[in-house]
Amino acid sequence: MAKEFDIPVLPTYLEIPELKEGIMDGEGPFKSAQEFQKPLGFPGEKIDNWQQVAIDKMGELKSKYRSVQVFLDSCVKCGACTDKCHYFLGSSDPKNMPVARQDLFRSVYRRHFTFAGKYFPKLVGAKELDDDMLDDWYNYFHQCSQCRRCSVFCPYGIDTAEISMAAREVLDAVGIGQKYCNQILGKALTIGNNLGLPEPALRDTLLDLEEEIEEETGVAIKYPLDQKGAEILLITPSADFFAEPHIDGLIGYGKVFHQDGVSWTLSSYASEGANFGMFIGSYDIMRKAALRIRKAALDLEVSRVMVGECGHAWRVAYSFWNTLSGVGAGATDEFGQKLQDQLDHRYPQPQHIIEYTHDLIQRGKLTFDKSANDDRTVTFHDSCNVARATNMGGIPGGQFILPRDVIKAVCNNYVDMERSTIKESTFCCGGGGGLLTDDLMEIRTKGAIPRMQALKAVERDNGVNTLTAICAICKSQFSKVLPKFDFDPYMIVSVHQLVSEAIIMDKPQTDTDDATSAETAET
Amino acid sequence: MADILGAEVDEEGFLVNLGDWTKEIAEQMAKDDDVDLSDEHWDVINFLRDYFEEYQIAPAVRVLTKAIAKRMGKDKGNSKYLYSLFPYGPGKQGCRFAGLPKPTGCI
Repeated sequence: MAKEFDIPVLPTYLEIPELKEGIMDGEGPFKSAQEFQKPLGFPGEKIDNWQQVAIDKMGELKSKYRSVQVFLDSCVKCGACTDKCHYFLGSSDPKNMPVARQDLFRSVYRRHFTFAGKYFPKLVGAKELDDDMLDDWYNYFHQCSQCRRCSVFCPYGIDTAEISMAAREVLDAVGIGQKYCNQILGKALTIGNNLGLPEPALRDTLLDLEEEIEEETGVAIKYPLDQKGAEILLITPSADFFAEPHIDGLIGYGKVFHQDGVSWTLSSYASEGANFGMFIGSYDIMRKAALRIRKAALDLEVSRVMVGECGHAWRVAYSFWNTLSGVGAGATDEFGQKLQDQLDHRYPQPQHIIEYTHDLIQRGKLTFDKSANDDRTVTFHDSCNVARATNMGGIPGGQFILPRDVIKAVCNNYVDMERSTIKESTFCCGGGGGLLTDDLMEIRTKGAIPRMQALKAVERDNGVNTLTAICAICKSQFSKVLPKFDFDPYMIVSVHQLVSEAIIMDKPQTDTDDATSAETAET
Repeated sequence: MADILGAEVDEEGFLVNLGDWTKEIAEQMAKDDDVDLSDEHWDVINFLRDYFEEYQIAPAVRVLTKAIAKRMGKDKGNSKYLYSLFPYGPGKQGCRFAGLPKPTGCI
């Protein structure tokens, strides 16, 4: 079981903590067993010649990704990033300063790949990759959620997330994988989603949801699965089918599609928006997951691909799908070209569900009773991957503007948290980047402090009682950490839950007698 | 690897071989967690096992709460009630007692 720890007291103001060296030392998250490593093509356990393999892998990565080499070479230790990481601010461990975290990797890079480091290692802080260093990598690169807040403040634009991804890729190559990510990837690549929901379970869950919504609203909203020829294929995190509060967001998507009258479908083959291939730094695995979506889009003959409320899914979709899988533009291979011919380029490809709802609102196609959300004073948590790696609506800062526009269109009371904690400077929820697992609860809790502190301020000053997000990981992380800081765990909701509560649905055209007899039959 | 009544469990206390499950194992796991298994607990555990047998996965929270509402009454069909039975969560603790694998994902 996860180790016990004291829940920190939330500070009134966020201050740079006094350093506590080694406070987050440890063994890191549970390691992946052979049964989860092998299917991904990684060694089942730490291999004998791990040092050589690790150094070779580093060499491969620095050549393959120029960015990694530039980031490793260009740091001048100016210190601008030191107090920007939520895990450092929350834990006080100096190794959680982004520069120090990077240096775990950089010092080994210097030792093996730079002239000075090969001949005068001590002068340039070059270090050998020994067992202790490898343990530190595993521990501290799993205390980074790859949220990229530090990179916003780096004058050179060094992206710790990429170094973190590279380190995890090296670790996997020598047989040290993280159980949480690799077990989940196994399910995603065989069953089609992170949870391992097989098609019958997914179908049953969706039917159940349809029944429930019809009972509640009197409107027959459908959640089509594998419907060939639908216009839109929705790719959403599987948590939307399974967890709370996520599923209320899924209800919202369905209502919006229904009001628009568009045909849409989910796919049982590609029933996952999340792509943990990014978290573990593996391009090949990320591509495998993305290709399932291409296959589903081709098989179902859809003309639009849309992404639900999932933070890193939108990063992968927006930034990488075009070359990974041909959704977007720029595909050169046969299937990518085929998909390009099939997609309707009058719409953004891929499109975010927020862009879609926003567009309908702009065009006056949806009507709302905003008073349905009058019991709420709402704030919005910008999810890291959406905020710092994507765009929405094709306008500068659209990824900040559109979600807020949607929220303000459906509720009357909206307040932003402090400016330095939102938008491009948003603090991570504390559970991103493959850290959303019970065995990392200590770092998740401590890493949530900066966000919780900003939330506490708007709760106190503005009466905020609702936190919204457009990321499955953020929602799950918040529902676990909120109560640790004296918040209501149910205050976190999907943006599309607010939409769902306020949207006015067209009632079906039936005469009163029919409606009454239907009601009687139901009861 | 640790074991409970001779059945192998993983780092988080979940059965490694699902076929090893017995009522005694569930009772022992509950005892270790300071939970007294009541009829209501068993109702949930049995539902989880039946659902898993049919679908090879634990039910979604909503499916579970609806099923409980049908069996025990509407006032009990909510996650607050389920948390009162299983303080560490119906998904995680309930599944563990029922001998199901831990549901993992973005949840």
